[in-house]
Amino acid sequence: MKHRINWITLIAVLATVMLVGVGGCKKKPTAPPPPPPPPPPAPTASITANPNSIERGQSTTLSWRTENATEITIDGIGNVEASGSRSVTPTESTTYRLLAKGAGGQQEATARVTVTEAPPPPAATQATDEELFAQNVKDAFFDFDSYALRPDADQALRANVQFLSQHPNMRFTLEGHCDERGSTEYNLALGDNRANAAKQLLVQLGISADRIRTISYGKEKPFCTESNEQCWQQNRRAHFVFQR
Amino acid sequence: MTNHAASLVRVTAFLVALVLFTTPIFSQDWIRTGTGLGVERVRLAAPDFKAASSDSRTGELLKVFNDTLWSDLDNAGIFDMVSKSFYPLAVPGNPQEMKLDAWSNPPPNASMVAFGNLGVAGDSVSVQGWLFDVKNPASPQVLGKQYREAATPQNARLIAHRFANEIIFRLGGGIAGITESKIYFISSRTGNKEVWEMDYDGANQRRVTNLRSIALSPRISPDGTRLAFTSYARGNADLVLYSLELDRLLTFPRFGGTNASPAWSPDGSRLAFSSSRNGDPEIYLVDVLGTNLKRLTAYQGPDVSPGWNPKTGAQLAFVSGRTGLPQIYIMDADGANLQRLTDGGYAVSPSWSPNGQFLVFSWMRSYGPGAPGAQDIYIMDIASRQWVQLTHDGGRNDSPSWSPDGRHVVFQSNRSGSDQIWTMLADGTRQRQLTNSGRNTQPNWSFK
Repeated sequence: MKHRINWITLIAVLATVMLVGVGGCKKKPTAPPPPPPPPPPAPTASITANPNSIERGQSTTLSWRTENATEITIDGIGNVEASGSRSVTPTESTTYRLLAKGAGGQQEATARVTVTEAPPPPAATQATDEELFAQNVKDAFFDFDSYALRPDADQALRANVQFLSQHPNMRFTLEGHCDERGSTEYNLALGDNRANAAKQLLVQLGISADRIRTISYGKEKPFCTESNEQCWQQNRRAHFVFQR
Repeated sequence: MTNHAASLVRVTAFLVALVLFTTPIFSQDWIRTGTGLGVERVRLAAPDFKAASSDSRTGELLKVFNDTLWSDLDNAGIFDMVSKSFYPLAVPGNPQEMKLDAWSNPPPNASMVAFGNLGVAGDSVSVQGWLFDVKNPASPQVLGKQYREAATPQNARLIAHRFANEIIFRLGGGIAGITESKIYFISSRTGNKEVWEMDYDGANQRRVTNLRSIALSPRISPDGTRLAFTSYARGNADLVLYSLELDRLLTFPRFGGTNASPAWSPDGSRLAFSSSRNGDPEIYLVDVLGTNLKRLTAYQGPDVSPGWNPKTGAQLAFVSGRTGLPQIYIMDADGANLQRLTDGGYAVSPSWSPNGQFLVFSWMRSYGPGAPGAQDIYIMDIASRQWVQLTHDGGRNDSPSWSPDGRHVVFQSNRSGSDQIWTMLADGTRQRQLTNSGRNTQPNWSFK
């Protein structure tokens, strides 16, 4: 087996050498100097943690996206793919720094996860449905001007379905939210599409549509009011609200 | 000159001519000759009206009147106002005091002079106003008007507006002036987004609704008696109707889903709006009683912000995200003959000009990662699809709405640091901020 691999490698190397050789023999016409290449696009980077506040021992999901980057690292994790999400369980409050390097420069983004001490177990009373809901149900986040479910949103919603099917009496509202860019009216419609995209997946996975109310707030109720991508990402979401 | 630049100049000339003048022959000539000369504006002098009484209130009312009249004429967009520093020392208060030569020759070199007097007697203020064509000594009088109202500053303003409207109507091609029109908008200055109203020049700002929730997209009915808007007062984004006469919400059905961006048909009988009652935002028509609901679009993705062609009442412009970033489309009022007008970028908030020929809208020409373009107001000639950029001063400019005379556009801009209401002439000149307090958005100009 090992021999065969070596043979294949050898043949491949030989073939490459020959091709290069043949190519090298060809007389090239003198081409005019190529136009200077356009400057490479600058990389972009964004990272969020959902939830961004956990109790010690709990985990949170980091989701990141980059563009135009060749080398992407997250402090404490190492090299990572261009976009993705990962569950982490920090033992103390941590700032995750995403660094995207590319031909066009580098860009960094950070997400802060606050770790709090777990509260003492409640004295013989069980957590209310509302508390359970808040602890277990995660929001779905979206790209700019999009209501398509990203892999991290899909993952969050599937996890929610597990919890919600174990608690069939819980009813909830899905709120569609958008970032501050673009018109008030267009964002109302887009937020509606976001809430309904999340609802459709839940229903498809077996959650009864009667349990789900949807509403769009467009850009009227932002979670974060700064004008930067990190903040905008926080505002582009389908937000779960427990219905009493 | 490149082709593009040449066509831009031509379109600009075309727009200026069409917007500011109604005579079709005039504008046709403009395109053919392509001289690039601006339409010649009437050179108008408006000396302060004289006091015709010694009542103690005269001075105050006279100042309000004179300031308002000057501002109205200056804002009209069709006059070259002769600076007051060029006026003769002796200003006429009536035709007997009028010396035509002193006004028709330099330095004033005026074509028209508006003048008159204001007096207070008892409880009433009376105004006599004239408009003289000073280059026509044989028969100089164009207008002669008298007004009498209760003696209040509000009425001094009102009389000035009415006299200005007469002058604008007479010298502006028979188009009624807009000095008595209103602008409705959303303001957060009480802590909640409520519907507010103001005069066309920003005066008399007052809160209309007190729903203590979120109100969005106010649209005044063609007869000026009702407002349609989106309200969250009942926990959902509902379309509601509000009577300005009864000062309360009218009964109107709730459709479910997100109901946004209402638009009155020019005859006031129907509303176009966006509803996601069936799970996706689509354009619907409904009559003013809330019956005969009819869906016009059927594409997945946002369809929102319809606006009627006010001239025909037979076409709608709207915004759709069916291909990705939002673009402006037009269609017939039954949903047929769909056409896309914008070729890219992020285009929203169309408003159709009163003469049916133009759209103004908000556009980020180049949008996407790494290209955060400015959001500016553009005007497009619908027949030729040629467009001209009207705002260039930075910030986010959105929600344009035409004035009833087709010469002005009101819009929102955050260029001064926060969202405020601005107006400009429809050629992009004379941009002016009307609001200062709180955040003010989504202006809508009344139909008359």
